[in-house]
Amino acid sequence: MREEVNEPGSALAPSRMPVEAIVVGASTGALEALAELLAPLPASFRLPILVVVHLSPDRKSILAELLDAKCNVDVREADDKEPIEPGTVYLAPPDYHLLVEPDKRLSLSSEEPVHYSRPSVDVLFETAAEAFGPRLIGVILTGANDDGARGLKAITSAGGIAIVQTPELAHVSTMPLAALKICPEAHTLSLEEMTAFLQEFSPPQ
Amino acid sequence: MAKTTETLELSLLLEAIRGQYHYDFRGYSLASIKRRLGLARERFGCQTYSQLQDRVLHDATVFPELLGFLTVQVSELFRDPEYFRMIRELVVPHLKTYPSLKVWVAGCGAGEEVYSLAILFREEGLEERTLIYGTDINGEALKKAEAGIYDLDRIPLFTENHRKSGGKSSLSDYYTAAYGAAVFDKSLRKRTVFSDHSLVSDAVFAEVHLVSCRNVLIYFDRELQDRAIGLFKDSLSRKGFLGLGAKESLRFSRHADAFSDFSAGMRIYQKQGLA
Ligand SMILES: C[S@@+](CC[C@H](N)C(=O)[O-])C[C@H]1O[C@@H](n2cnc3c(N)ncnc32)[C@H](O)[C@@H]1O
Repeated sequence: MREEVNEPGSALAPSRMPVEAIVVGASTGALEALAELLAPLPASFRLPILVVVHLSPDRKSILAELLDAKCNVDVREADDKEPIEPGTVYLAPPDYHLLVEPDKRLSLSSEEPVHYSRPSVDVLFETAAEAFGPRLIGVILTGANDDGARGLKAITSAGGIAIVQTPELAHVSTMPLAALKICPEAHTLSLEEMTAFLQEFSPPQ
Repeated sequence: MAKTTETLELSLLLEAIRGQYHYDFRGYSLASIKRRLGLARERFGCQTYSQLQDRVLHDATVFPELLGFLTVQVSELFRDPEYFRMIRELVVPHLKTYPSLKVWVAGCGAGEEVYSLAILFREEGLEERTLIYGTDINGEALKKAEAGIYDLDRIPLFTENHRKSGGKSSLSDYYTAAYGAAVFDKSLRKRTVFSDHSLVSDAVFAEVHLVSCRNVLIYFDRELQDRAIGLFKDSLSRKGFLGLGAKESLRFSRHADAFSDFSAGMRIYQKQGLA
């Protein structure tokens, strides 16, 4: 276990180009998984993290507040055309797609659901892959559908890094399995390993 | 294909649309426009944006449908009920002090936001003194707005939204159900004008007391957002109100100083005195 934690990061980190952002997709079981993944990150963590969680379109979501209370990094809902700040977690607001513009600002859209979901993981991942190219890490966590699989493939096609939660360890394995099917080159890691992995890419302050 | 080729094709396509049909999408949020044109490309069976451009230029039936892809039409009556509750509770008391009122719903789509405000203003006793302008660039949507007919299966959500907005009557008072459709009462349109107006290229057309422009600015880049917000600023009377979508704000606008937060949580702003 220990070795696996260090291996992918240290093998990749020095040789590859720096990472500018992390994108995360999760569905059923997301709150617990995100809390476990994000809470241990130190306040000094420098990378921005953009997150899509499938939620009921109920307009007011308390997910950002809940996570913010548990985390050292700032967690908030994204606003339209917001510049991305380091060390901040941005959640897609309920009922909006979250996209990354070519100038790396965030934008929102209420266009049709994708895979019955708005926000959709694919929409975030595909636009982030366009904006960040190889300087991006995509993470697929627990979930009961196949949103995110295509987006994860777009990330690796652009030269970015793909990580999928080990399916057996996920609350619901459908989303990780769907992602691995389209994107077999993804690293599979436990949440604990992911937290360590991500920290290796955080630039020094 | 090389990304730069595709980017070039995309800007040529937008240029072609502007040249031939006078709709300018060049200042729209690129990430979203790309996605939407990608869907359109599939729909028209084109491999590339260049092929789509060829179709758009030489087949006059293509553009109206393409416009449907380029303009997002998702809406609801009393969408975000809390917004309408704030209009009702905080803005209406101010509006009541004016003998006559004008309201501009910019980017009104198929009219949902206009009917919501028309119902709200009737409930609050302001209807007789108010004129509502609903504007959009999508002609099909404006026709639907004019007709005031919505699928009956959307009504439960509309009813729930209306109730949550603090509605003082029953939504069923305002429509009749027939053949799977809800037909909204013509009298709601008596003091409403729907017209074609673009926030990209057209000018201010009236002095108004309230601008409601929700979920339109998110499709614009910042420069275009600033143009639209500038129009709202020039159109609003002193101390007039500007309501935006739940995730839109003046935070990044160069006109921010001309407004003060009125209900920050709900993105309702008030135009400042002189300046
Ligand atoms: C998502 S709808 C918003 C409907 C409604 N305001 C709401 O919040 O539910 C966006 C609308 O903006 C319109 N729109 C797009 N570009 C525009 C422009 N340049 N000027 C005016 N309206 C525009 C579209 O045609 C569409 O009807």
